[in-house]
Amino acid sequence: MSWTFLRDLLTGVNKYSTGIGRIWLAVVFIFRLLVYVVAAEHVWKDEQKEFECNVNQPGCENVCFDHFFPISQVRLWALQLIMVSTPSLLVVLHVAYHEGREKRHRKRLYVSPGMMDGGLWYTYFISLIVKTGFEIGFLVLFYKLYDGFSVPYLMKCDLKPCPNTVDCFISKPTEKTIFILFLVIISCLCIVLNFIELSFLVLKCLIKCCVQKYSKSLQSSACERHNLIC
Amino acid sequence: MGDWGFLEKLLDQVQEHSTVVGKIWLTVLFIFRILILGLAGESVWGDEQSDFECNTAQPGCTNVCYDQAFPISHIRYWVLQFLFVSTPTLVYLGHVIYLSRREERLRQKEGELRALPAKDPRVERALATIERQMAKISVAEDGRLRIRGALMGTYVASVLCKSVLEAGFLYGQWRLYGWTMEPVFVCQRAPCPYLVDCFVSRPTEKTIFIIFMLVVGLISLVLNVLELAHLLCRCLSRGMRSPRGQDTPPTQRNSSEPYADQVFFYLPVGDGPSSPPCPTYNGLSSSEQNWANLTTEERLASSRAPLFLDPPPESGQKSPSRPNSSASKKQYV
Repeated sequence: MSWTFLRDLLTGVNKYSTGIGRIWLAVVFIFRLLVYVVAAEHVWKDEQKEFECNVNQPGCENVCFDHFFPISQVRLWALQLIMVSTPSLLVVLHVAYHEGREKRHRKRLYVSPGMMDGGLWYTYFISLIVKTGFEIGFLVLFYKLYDGFSVPYLMKCDLKPCPNTVDCFISKPTEKTIFILFLVIISCLCIVLNFIELSFLVLKCLIKCCVQKYSKSLQSSACERHNLIC
Repeated sequence: MGDWGFLEKLLDQVQEHSTVVGKIWLTVLFIFRILILGLAGESVWGDEQSDFECNTAQPGCTNVCYDQAFPISHIRYWVLQFLFVSTPTLVYLGHVIYLSRREERLRQKEGELRALPAKDPRVERALATIERQMAKISVAEDGRLRIRGALMGTYVASVLCKSVLEAGFLYGQWRLYGWTMEPVFVCQRAPCPYLVDCFVSRPTEKTIFIIFMLVVGLISLVLNVLELAHLLCRCLSRGMRSPRGQDTPPTQRNSSEPYADQVFFYLPVGDGPSSPPCPTYNGLSSSEQNWANLTTEERLASSRAPLFLDPPPESGQKSPSRPNSSASKKQYV
């Protein structure tokens, strides 16, 4: 699967991110996308072929595999990656929309790409919240779907057409557990980064508002004094 | 084996901001690790589970024995090792980028303040503050950043972390698998009914690659230790010369001085060649001036150029640092 499209899009997001946003992007690229493409995909490559049940009954292995893995962990990982990266595109769209408006009105609407003000701030804020929501949502989904974050080596299955409770053996359970734990740790790190960035944004905005109010009140008191003197 | 392009590009950037030993380490990392992982990944370890055969007909026994023999495949282990060992370098790159951007912003602010016509005392104070902050970042006459202060701390910390991680991963590999791949793995795990012989695919070829990667890991570790020693010696010699350096008159540096060729600790500001040379700072500390004098003396005293230094930029040549590096960037290996 070609991930270059997502990568190119996310590279564009880099310009309009805060410092922590860039760290988040680097973590996503290196510890999630790269590890997925280079290592994780290969671990789950032959998962159905190597899935073996202690039975000769045709079809039993298929139904048991389907029951235990409604969606493969690695595909869920890929979906999570896509969904978590998508809110950042909101920011890119917003900037593109405003650049279009700037061209039409022939004036600068933003001081500089690095500065976030007005609508862009809200878009960025919303994208952060949505990203965090997706991260937490997918982690909860993972936990619920697979009963925890570890992969057992043996699962018992008694679905039709299996004639009785059958032992089914999963391939590479330890290696899969290692990579799932890696995924969970990196997701938690990304959630923490998102929370830090949210607090940083809110704090910066509050400080700016307070400073503006304070300087306005200073100016108005200076004007009053000036009027009195004059 | 997969898509390493992004990581390669990032590590390429770090190469411009490293010492000579750091550059050798990066080259070793690229050539001997990424390429070998790509070569060996699919071709040697590709069929490791499908050709792992146990002397039993018990269903599930092969799966559980494979899982017991290889909790994590060598190839995946080396990928994780590579990632973790590169991470401190990327953190250092982050610090470099942060300082470069800060320097650019300060320079911009300075330009704006200087453009103001009125001789306002507040403008003078703001300019003085900006100049103090810029002096901390320590830019040389050709517009490049120097590794000192916090940046040197980050660099040393990154080299230390790299060494610890490298040693940790080598130890982990030794504990998990040892340094050879035995052709037979004896397994006793449910549901296998008794002690079962399991046969690994291509044990000799895998042993060769394991030993190869072990040697690369050891070389990498040795390079990190050498780099730490190198940095320590530099710091000590700088510390020893600075008390004596009070007598040295500060010399006026200009952009024509060939000391700018000494690229050990120089970092480009902004996008490199397009940024203008920085004006000289008269308010140099004596330790900064002594570092400048020390490197000038060393460069003049050396009879031939060190192996990994570029020819002077005035010659207009660009030598590639390693295969597949982008030719548009200035390379120093």
